[in-house]
Amino acid sequence: MAKPSLLGLLLVAPALAMIGALFLYPLGFSLAAAFTEPGGGLSLMHFQKAYELYSTDILFTLFIVVVSTLLTALFSIAIAGILTLGETPWLVAALRALYRWPLFIPFIVAAQCMRTFLAKNGLMNNSFVALGLMEPLQATSLLDWRGIIITFVWKQVPFVTLMLAGAMASIDRATIEAGRNLGASRIRVLLELVLPQVGQTLLVGLVLSFVTMLSVLSVPMMVAGSQPTMLTVDMAFRINSYGDYATANALGVISYAIAGTVAWIYLRHSVKREVQA
Amino acid sequence: MSGKVQASSALALAGSGARPDTEGRIWAFGSTILKVAGLAAFAFLLFGPLANLVLWSVAERWYTPFKLPVSYGLRYWEVVFRPTGDAMTSLMTSVGIACLTVLVALAVSIPAGYALARLKLPWRTALMILFLLPQAFPSVAIYINVARVFYSIGLTGTITGVVLVHAAHGLVYSVWIAAAAFAAVDRDLELAARNIGASPLRTFFTVTLPLAAPGIMASAIFVFLESLDEFTGTFFVGVPQVTTLPLLLYNASMGGNYQIASITALILLVPSVVFMLVIERFLKADVLSKVGQ
Repeated sequence: MAKPSLLGLLLVAPALAMIGALFLYPLGFSLAAAFTEPGGGLSLMHFQKAYELYSTDILFTLFIVVVSTLLTALFSIAIAGILTLGETPWLVAALRALYRWPLFIPFIVAAQCMRTFLAKNGLMNNSFVALGLMEPLQATSLLDWRGIIITFVWKQVPFVTLMLAGAMASIDRATIEAGRNLGASRIRVLLELVLPQVGQTLLVGLVLSFVTMLSVLSVPMMVAGSQPTMLTVDMAFRINSYGDYATANALGVISYAIAGTVAWIYLRHSVKREVQA
Repeated sequence: MSGKVQASSALALAGSGARPDTEGRIWAFGSTILKVAGLAAFAFLLFGPLANLVLWSVAERWYTPFKLPVSYGLRYWEVVFRPTGDAMTSLMTSVGIACLTVLVALAVSIPAGYALARLKLPWRTALMILFLLPQAFPSVAIYINVARVFYSIGLTGTITGVVLVHAAHGLVYSVWIAAAAFAAVDRDLELAARNIGASPLRTFFTVTLPLAAPGIMASAIFVFLESLDEFTGTFFVGVPQVTTLPLLLYNASMGGNYQIASITALILLVPSVVFMLVIERFLKADVLSKVGQ
């Protein structure tokens, strides 16, 4: 027993070393920089500075990421629901072929698309005006918090839908048929029969999306103006303009805390499920 | 398969639910109109941004109040693909970095994946989660510190530095998918090879590795794409010497040069979309079902 696990450890060692050097060590570095004062003692002074300068941006970031996650959940449930319970074959087939397209499109490309699409004279407003849905004077630029949310939702819905539709396809069709036979509407079947069975998958997808959106630098930089903005942009600004690692790392620790809270909610939920099961 | 199920259930419903004639027909017509409109709106929101990108890439002049480009042309494509231009250099840099990243990631993840799938390891779950962390963590704060560490050892602004950052970031794909690919290989085939006298090493290279190859290929493609599209890490570690395509895109876009930015974005888009269309060929269901286990 001892021998194979030694060989195993040897085989895993290079990958572990890489994670250690390129992730764990910098992580420790960032914690150390955030919590130590210039003299060397422990202090929260950098957090105080970060809070004074960027409290609006902290709230802004939370707002953007929470709203985007909720909208992503809504659209993913709707699309996956139609894919699973839809009774119009051509609609289901068309939706299945369409919804995946943004899946692997990089954030930076999505940001560039939206930068032109959502602008005041971008293709969206122009199309609405051409269709007579909107007067030319009503056209406004969406390149602010709305633009960031739209870009995030556009990019993350396919990912969550893919996971969700996969999970829905693997649940027992008999429960759905039974619900339908008893006269439940499709929306009711979706919300009361299907969704509770795929809740765990939905949660995983949303937690991953949440953290991804929290970490993206290119979208807030390219889609929205400078103020208010997301924490990632503030961190880059602190570094590039002032070389201020202490405040930047304090902001970093705040973003870990936000991500950690979400991970904690997820873990608590999973544990509760396991206890129930 | 589920399409068939839906089609049959729809047929069953159409057969049973006979409505009063005209009213039913109007109702069905209205519902079809609604579905078509909904699908059209969905397609517009999905492809509108991409259409705008394509328009900008062939627009030679486009300004307000014109709804469409004033004049079209491929002048900027010629600028981008000029052999001496910035864009070609960036493309070469990007592809080179992505290839090196795949090599590095596979070199560490094939042994790690095999060990995680086949050998007895202590804290196996913890190890799997450890490889996930770089993806599941707000990465900007990590990258600024990587850049700081790299600066002190002279790795900022070098290809090596960027490759290392990309490889660490892609490790979750390469390790998890490689582990799943090895786990999906039938153990009996390995035992058969061992029984007729093949050494463990020979068994690995002639039986296990070739059978796991499609899954490993998929992980390589994932890592390649991750590296090609990576912006944040390169932004902090690669500047100012290493300009990959995403950085070129960013600089062009922020400089107001939407044609160059759009063409660069299209170049980045092609591999992503192709991969989206072919992924199911590489990632078979038997491997997918073992990912993360």
